[in-house]
Amino acid sequence: MYNSFPKISLQRFGKINPQSIEDYSANGGFVGLKKALSLSPESIIDSIEKSGLKGRGGAGFPVGLKQKYTSGSSAENNIRFVVCNADEGEPGTFKDRMIMETDPFLLIEGMIISAYTIQATKGFVYIRGEYYASIENIKNAIKICYEKGFLGQNICGSGYSFELDIALGAGSYLCGEELTLLESLEGKRGYPRIKPPFPAEKGLWGLPTLVNNVETFSHIPFIVEKGHEEYSKIGTEGSKGTKLFCVSGNVTNTGVYELPMGITLKELIFDIAGGMKEGFEFKGALLGGAAGTFIDSSFLDVPLAYETLKEKGATLGSGAVIIIDDKTNLKEMMISILSFFKHESCGKCVPCRIGTTLLYERIKKPQLNENDFLWMQTQASYMVKNSLCPLGQSPDLPIKTVVKFFKNDL
Amino acid sequence: MQKELNKEQIISILQKYSPTKDNILKCLHELQDAHPQNYISKVILEETAKHFKLTKGQIFGIVSYYSMFSLKPRGRYLVRLCKSPVCNMLGAKSVTEYFDSKFNLKPGETTTDGMFTLELAECLGRCGKGPSMMINREVVTELDSKKIDEIINTKK
Ligand SMILES: Cc1cc2nc3c(=O)[nH]c(=O)nc-3n(C[C@H](O)[C@H](O)[C@H](O)COP(=O)(O)O)c2cc1C
Ligand code: SF4
Ligand code: FES
Repeated sequence: MYNSFPKISLQRFGKINPQSIEDYSANGGFVGLKKALSLSPESIIDSIEKSGLKGRGGAGFPVGLKQKYTSGSSAENNIRFVVCNADEGEPGTFKDRMIMETDPFLLIEGMIISAYTIQATKGFVYIRGEYYASIENIKNAIKICYEKGFLGQNICGSGYSFELDIALGAGSYLCGEELTLLESLEGKRGYPRIKPPFPAEKGLWGLPTLVNNVETFSHIPFIVEKGHEEYSKIGTEGSKGTKLFCVSGNVTNTGVYELPMGITLKELIFDIAGGMKEGFEFKGALLGGAAGTFIDSSFLDVPLAYETLKEKGATLGSGAVIIIDDKTNLKEMMISILSFFKHESCGKCVPCRIGTTLLYERIKKPQLNENDFLWMQTQASYMVKNSLCPLGQSPDLPIKTVVKFFKNDL
Repeated sequence: MQKELNKEQIISILQKYSPTKDNILKCLHELQDAHPQNYISKVILEETAKHFKLTKGQIFGIVSYYSMFSLKPRGRYLVRLCKSPVCNMLGAKSVTEYFDSKFNLKPGETTTDGMFTLELAECLGRCGKGPSMMINREVVTELDSKKIDEIINTKK
């Protein structure tokens, strides 16, 4: 059943040697790029916009629009950058690693086309430092692309030139936030910058920069090659295309699944991932990772898509689907989540530095009562309003939703 | 066995990188990996600062921010155990306790023979098969006492 769904990011999963450009080319690789180089950047952006593709890194911002803003920003000496966010640090998320480990040329092809749309001269793939296999694969793929004329001067004889390099993270979740990532790429401590300006206007070294997630880039070649009409046939009204879902917990076949947007949780877990492991009963899920939302079994038939989840106060986030069962200790899980935010807070602003610690201290208290719940929710809301960057706003959703659905377990 | 990464070795690594700032983290990773004690030594700080034309304090500031870098010597093998929510749900705590009871190794500590350092880490992107850990560059998933014994014994 799983195989009958269309595949984009994982179309070559397990079918090719990820280190071989010959394998990649023989299996449809670079068709999108070659077509793109014969088109005008504007027409490609137009097509990406019409496709409805939204960013897969968690925030779901329309990709074509971001390309348009970035290419329209005035840039000194016409220098623009493309940066791939491969920092994948959201707990429960392991999809970008799959792409980089199984089809690195796909990411690079998507980046070159995106670079061409904004006429970028240089790009970076910022990979988290612990992803050794991904780092080796991408490094190798970049080297081969230079040798074969897909990177560097005059790509495929088109007259367009683009340089690509890797950059490494070093164990900071906050550096996955796009502006913090750029600070880190500039060799600094990972402290967030104030937004606006957005990277599209002032990004790397102060110049217009297009930042997208690995999965997002992996969709670009398909859209260019097959056309936006073909792409937007997949998915729902407000969420086009496929999505990588990272299933974890006590489920029979955990792992990454590429499925059309709009699949339900019931289909994902029970039809595709083999249902619950013996001895475990489905109770709910944490969607989108530590910064995501808890849901209960009333969500089993809700389509997993941006708009349908939003309507019910939930989020898809990065695509993490952490399944909770009857034996899960939700209190322990919340302690772990709040300990995570406490650990990853950079300490630059008071509401988040103190707030993450206070929340962590409170959740550890045995037998939380209504006053505690109220206090925690008020504290988290206060942090939403007063924190400098989105990390300080993140504890709000998991706290509110865990109280909503599972407060008796705390 | 070599205990230090000497100045010549450090400089030869640094020289592979042009002194543009986007290379700092990459350089520090390579230097730390090359150090037999898995850390950023004083000499590394000094030479890296010179190479990038920054002060030692600036490099120190960068190193101390990122959790993958250490300013203290560590064991030949660095064990990073995930403690994030999924691995936590799947039993990461009992894995931590096992390291303590069997190898007398607590998070943040190094074995007396200098072979192993245990650290707790946040999500390692292996949640599908938790509890997970890394031992240097190697990933080990679905941890239980048997798997831990096996992997530790091969390194001894
Ligand atoms: C604390 C924090 C961590 C984030 N981590 C990641 C990450 O690891 N990978 C990612 O792609 N986006 C991450 N994001 C989202 C990025 O800021 C940004 O929205 C994304 O890179 C844009 O790419 P997209 O439009 O293709 O999704 C994070 C955001 C925040 C606030
Ligand atoms: S909200 Fe938290 S992570 Fe963001 S700047 Fe403030 S202290 Fe740092
Ligand atoms: S939560 Fe442990 S590897 Fe992701």
